[in-house]
Amino acid sequence: MNTRLFLSILFGMTCLLSPQAYAGEDGLSILTSRCATCHNLKGPAPTSLKALWQRKGPDLFYAGNKYRHDWLVTWLQKPVRIRPAGMFYRDHIKPGPKHDVVDESTLKPHLRLNKADAMAVADALMTLKAHSNLVASEKLTPAPSPIGEMMFDKIYGCMACHQIEPGFGGMSGPEAYTAGKRLQAPFMLSYIKNPQAWDPKIWMPNKHVPADNIQQLVNYLIDLSKEDFSDEQ
Amino acid sequence: MNNKVVAALPLLLALAPSLAMAESASDNYHTYCIQCHGMRGDGMGVNIRDMSVQPRDHTDAKAMGGRSDDEIFKVIKEGGLSISKSVLMPPWGSTFTDNEIHDLVKYLRTLCKCKHGG
Ligand code: HEC
Ligand code: HEC
Ligand code: HEC
Repeated sequence: MNTRLFLSILFGMTCLLSPQAYAGEDGLSILTSRCATCHNLKGPAPTSLKALWQRKGPDLFYAGNKYRHDWLVTWLQKPVRIRPAGMFYRDHIKPGPKHDVVDESTLKPHLRLNKADAMAVADALMTLKAHSNLVASEKLTPAPSPIGEMMFDKIYGCMACHQIEPGFGGMSGPEAYTAGKRLQAPFMLSYIKNPQAWDPKIWMPNKHVPADNIQQLVNYLIDLSKEDFSDEQ
Repeated sequence: MNNKVVAALPLLLALAPSLAMAESASDNYHTYCIQCHGMRGDGMGVNIRDMSVQPRDHTDAKAMGGRSDDEIFKVIKEGGLSISKSVLMPPWGSTFTDNEIHDLVKYLRTLCKCKHGG
């Protein structure tokens, strides 16, 4: 028997014996078969409101330039809410007694993966690297950020849309207190500088923050994500 | 068809997506503004609970009538600070074209059922 034939028989047997392990080896096929209905894996991001409203989950075609690999592996096995009002906040709010509130009944839990699949999918996601040009020149200089929180809350008003701890802050954007754990620093720097470069129709405005202050904001977000919020809310 | 028109076709096609991008003021309002100004435009958005300055009630004819169209255009394009108001009102100049902002000004006039000076 030649080696190639032997190897392919061996491979075939492994697949039969452990479908789990085999599925775990092909992250990209899991992505296309189980995730592509809600997540855009190829780009581009929506360029019209209609397309924006129809988007069911965050775009993943630049995942390799956005997420931290270790966070992906953990979250995919134990997904928890990131956007307090869901993907498009307008689909998940209703009038309340004092002001509009999130309609929790419209928010569904995220599908969960086993460990092998989560690892394979995380590896596959890290290969999706659109927009590398946007992060190529972004570099964080780690430093203490004594006024980072003041910038986020008061000077730039980012807190109007982002929570800085569970249950405190705005609802229409992703929670900010876990951003530092989830996201790569160059992505955060670039996104704050120009959100529309990543997602032309997103409802985060460009606040024209000078580069030095973006550094402070991102250092703040990274420090903030190291706090333990598990006993709050 | 003459040659010049044929030569211009690729250019026109390339421009088409950006032309298609002009959105109606109502659609823009209900995507970008209601997160703070509320589903009914009354300032009671889903984000306001922890905001230190509350968003303007766009149905308030008196307050909205106190502003000229130029001032409203400016505050939408450049944000609250540009008219000495709160930074919590963001600048939308990187989100909309000037035409879209002019349309938003007109749309706000229908919400308040008012014009400048009454
Ligand atoms: C039914 C639609 C749906 C399917 C199917 C789905 N997702 Fe999601 N996904 C979402 C939504 C909605 C969110 C946003 C959750 C939040 O913000 O709380 C999300 C968030 C995520 C995130 C975090 C992204 C971010 O920027 O915050 C990742 C990573 C992810 N999904 C991966 C996957 C993978 C991998 C699969 C397939 C195994 C998958 N999803 C299948 C709807 C879906
Ligand atoms: C008007 C609401 C709004 C304001 C104000 C706002 N953001 Fe955002 N922000 C958003 C939305 C919406 C997203 C993207 C949501 C998505 O991708 O699903 C976002 C995304 C982000 C992200 C990426 C987060 C992630 O989890 O994917 C960072 C970092 C961020 N914003 C920081 C800031 C900073 C810093 C400021 C202030 C200078 C700010 N934002 C102001 C709404 C806002
Ligand atoms: C992040 C929250 C937020 C979003 C999103 C937002 N606004 Fe505002 N807006 C405010 C706040 C807060 C004020 C009040 C500022 C003050 O009184 O100092 C305000 C005030 C205004 C005013 C009145 C200014 C004046 O003093 O006369 C107008 C007009 C306005 N917003 C239009 C809009 C439009 C149009 C949009 C959508 C394109 C929008 N806003 C989105 C928070 C927001």
